[in-house]
Amino acid sequence: MARINSGNGKEAGTVGSHIITFLVEDRPGVFAKVTGLIRRRNFNIAKITVGPTHIEKVTRMTFLIKADEATLEQVVKQLNKMVEVLRITELKPKDCVIRELALIKINTSDQQERNEAMQFSNIFRGNILDLSPTSLTVEITGDSQKIDAFLELTKRFGIIEVARTGVTALARGSDPRPRGVDLMKLLEYE
Amino acid sequence: MVMISGAKALAESLRREDVKHLFGITGGAIMNLMHKLWEYGEAEEIRMITCRHEQCAAHAAEGYAVASGDVGVCFATSGPGATNLVTGIADAFLDSRPIVAITGQVPTSLVGNDAFQEADIIGATMPMTKANFQFHRVKDIPLLTKMAFKIAKTGRPGPVLLDFPKNVQIGEEHVEFPDGEIEIPGYNPTLKGHPRQIKRIAKVLKKAERPIMIAGGGTISSMANNEVLELAEMLGIPIINTLMGKGIIPETHPLSLGMAGMHGHMCANSVMNQADLLFAVGMRFSDRITGKLEHFAREATIIHLDIDSAEIGKNVGVHYPIVGDARIVLRQIVEELKKLEVTKPNGWMQKIKQLKEKCQCNIPLTDIQPIKPQQVMRILREHIDSKTIVTTGVGRNQMWAAHYLRVYGPRKFVTSGGLGTMGFGFPAAIGAKVAKPDHWVVDVDGDGSFLMTQQELAASVIEDIPVTVIILNDQALGMVRQWQNLFFEERYAVTDLGPKDFKKRVPDFAKLAEAFGANGILVERVSEIGPAIKEAKDSDVTTVIDVQIDRSENIYPHMPSGAKLEEIIPCPSWMEAE
Repeated sequence: MARINSGNGKEAGTVGSHIITFLVEDRPGVFAKVTGLIRRRNFNIAKITVGPTHIEKVTRMTFLIKADEATLEQVVKQLNKMVEVLRITELKPKDCVIRELALIKINTSDQQERNEAMQFSNIFRGNILDLSPTSLTVEITGDSQKIDAFLELTKRFGIIEVARTGVTALARGSDPRPRGVDLMKLLEYE
Repeated sequence: MVMISGAKALAESLRREDVKHLFGITGGAIMNLMHKLWEYGEAEEIRMITCRHEQCAAHAAEGYAVASGDVGVCFATSGPGATNLVTGIADAFLDSRPIVAITGQVPTSLVGNDAFQEADIIGATMPMTKANFQFHRVKDIPLLTKMAFKIAKTGRPGPVLLDFPKNVQIGEEHVEFPDGEIEIPGYNPTLKGHPRQIKRIAKVLKKAERPIMIAGGGTISSMANNEVLELAEMLGIPIINTLMGKGIIPETHPLSLGMAGMHGHMCANSVMNQADLLFAVGMRFSDRITGKLEHFAREATIIHLDIDSAEIGKNVGVHYPIVGDARIVLRQIVEELKKLEVTKPNGWMQKIKQLKEKCQCNIPLTDIQPIKPQQVMRILREHIDSKTIVTTGVGRNQMWAAHYLRVYGPRKFVTSGGLGTMGFGFPAAIGAKVAKPDHWVVDVDGDGSFLMTQQELAASVIEDIPVTVIILNDQALGMVRQWQNLFFEERYAVTDLGPKDFKKRVPDFAKLAEAFGANGILVERVSEIGPAIKEAKDSDVTTVIDVQIDRSENIYPHMPSGAKLEEIIPCPSWMEAE
């Protein structure tokens, strides 16, 4: 029978990208605690997204982490131990919707290139947010690969600046784990 | 609802948590709390004990927590007071001891301004507390205090810190004290084992031919002693304990194989890689137990029971994980096994008996000089009864004590296992004595270790908390010296604590004790050990026994760091028996 969890003593498993999403109480210092834990345990976070939810005083954090299965399990378990962490789930790419947003400022001094860039933006369903005689800023939303592809296509025009968010994600379907959080009575203190 | 100050709100909250003792040192940023607690002192409800260093206040709270089974409480002022607590908090975190630390803080308006005696203690203790909170409003104090105590003592116990800004201590608000239990949304430890997993585990246990159980600190904090014993006797499973699990079953019991690990008993260590089933309870497969992980218990099916799911699979892969409280889950397993027909594996028990016979190290009490530390332990062992609490320093003294002494029950052996904090033994003894004033508390310490916290002699004398300190004095940082002796070409870099010619004692511990008003005894002959211990035990003042021991005597076995279990250097007596 195979042992559950590989543990440090076993050979390290294959490192892959994983998305974990969790709800935390919105209190001072919580983000510092979370990132402190990540640092202390030597975990490697590639992307972070943090934002409020529809529930008062509850914040969602979504991490894209690069880890093998055993490390991933430790991240989830250690985070789950934090008193301020209410619910934590790993989202498998096939069972969830994932979005990332990027703002890309492209050099368009050349008329021809400007037209091409605007075409690409249309094909990628981007929004042009800002235009100047020599540049244009496009907003692209999608999964990471789509944004990477757009950057690859436009790099020959000259990319001036890029601002990307981390990923955010939700499970597909109507089985809304984490359930019950709406009903959860958060304790009142500051 | 009552209109009271923050200081009063915390003082009253502590009373409601049934806190009887606090250890600490006051200061500008915490004195308002002490001012209010004074009233509870007058009423003899809460006693404040002044330590001489905040680290010791935290260790005393730890000793108190282990001995009593309740939460230990310590306090300090802001800044240096708070940072001095940190070592003790880290110690409690690694050994899962329930303490609540209360620190003063500069007024909220000055927080972040680098004010006088300001330190970011919330930031500093984030990675070494189960939770920490800073009070911002007086009306939150009763709830947060209740949360702090609940978090400290339930689930896997651990330290919680409460940071108390001065203006919140002084400010007055309408306050309500919550009644009964509180539910903390993000905190819900699993106590009961999953019924299906219990069934599976019972079957595996029944089937095993060469089973062993390793009992760790978790069995002590959940007081699973009866359950461990019942299961062991039912199935004929020999019990190994970790350092933190010492005392979980009487070490005189035929099924007790003693301590495993780097300096554990040979019979315990040798059996780990022979077993076909390893039932780990309330322990975390520390590197001091397993040696090189790739080679640990290769043949064995592993069942791991722990209350902290993050411990399962962290170091060692397991076949049957189960999360829950050791006492509750073991009870479930015992009940399940009662439904099955179980037999004891006779051949295995025979083997265990043989191993135990081979593992006898009874050093003769002949009058040799210098004294061997094993001789001291052998004599001390005779004086330890069912009520005695043993604490230790860290280093060889700790391992001599853990290896050679016997304690008779859980919460009777108090030591710094995870963090390995030198200086732990003496303040922990003070805390234990406060919790159990009728029990004899003896600290087996080293000269290096004791010197780190010796100033608490003042606290123990002034506050009338008499304990016994036995210093195994090798005038060296003995454990490191042993490593140098075995693995570092006998190059004794910075481990000598005494003068080169040994003509002077630096310090003379007996005189040091006397300077504090304690009792000091110098022991240089084997024949003097017994009378000195007897005198200390009967004394109503703290007694320091300075035993001059043979510094060249190494503690064996010794598993080299990072080595395989089989590469352990055994005790000489074990080798003779082979």
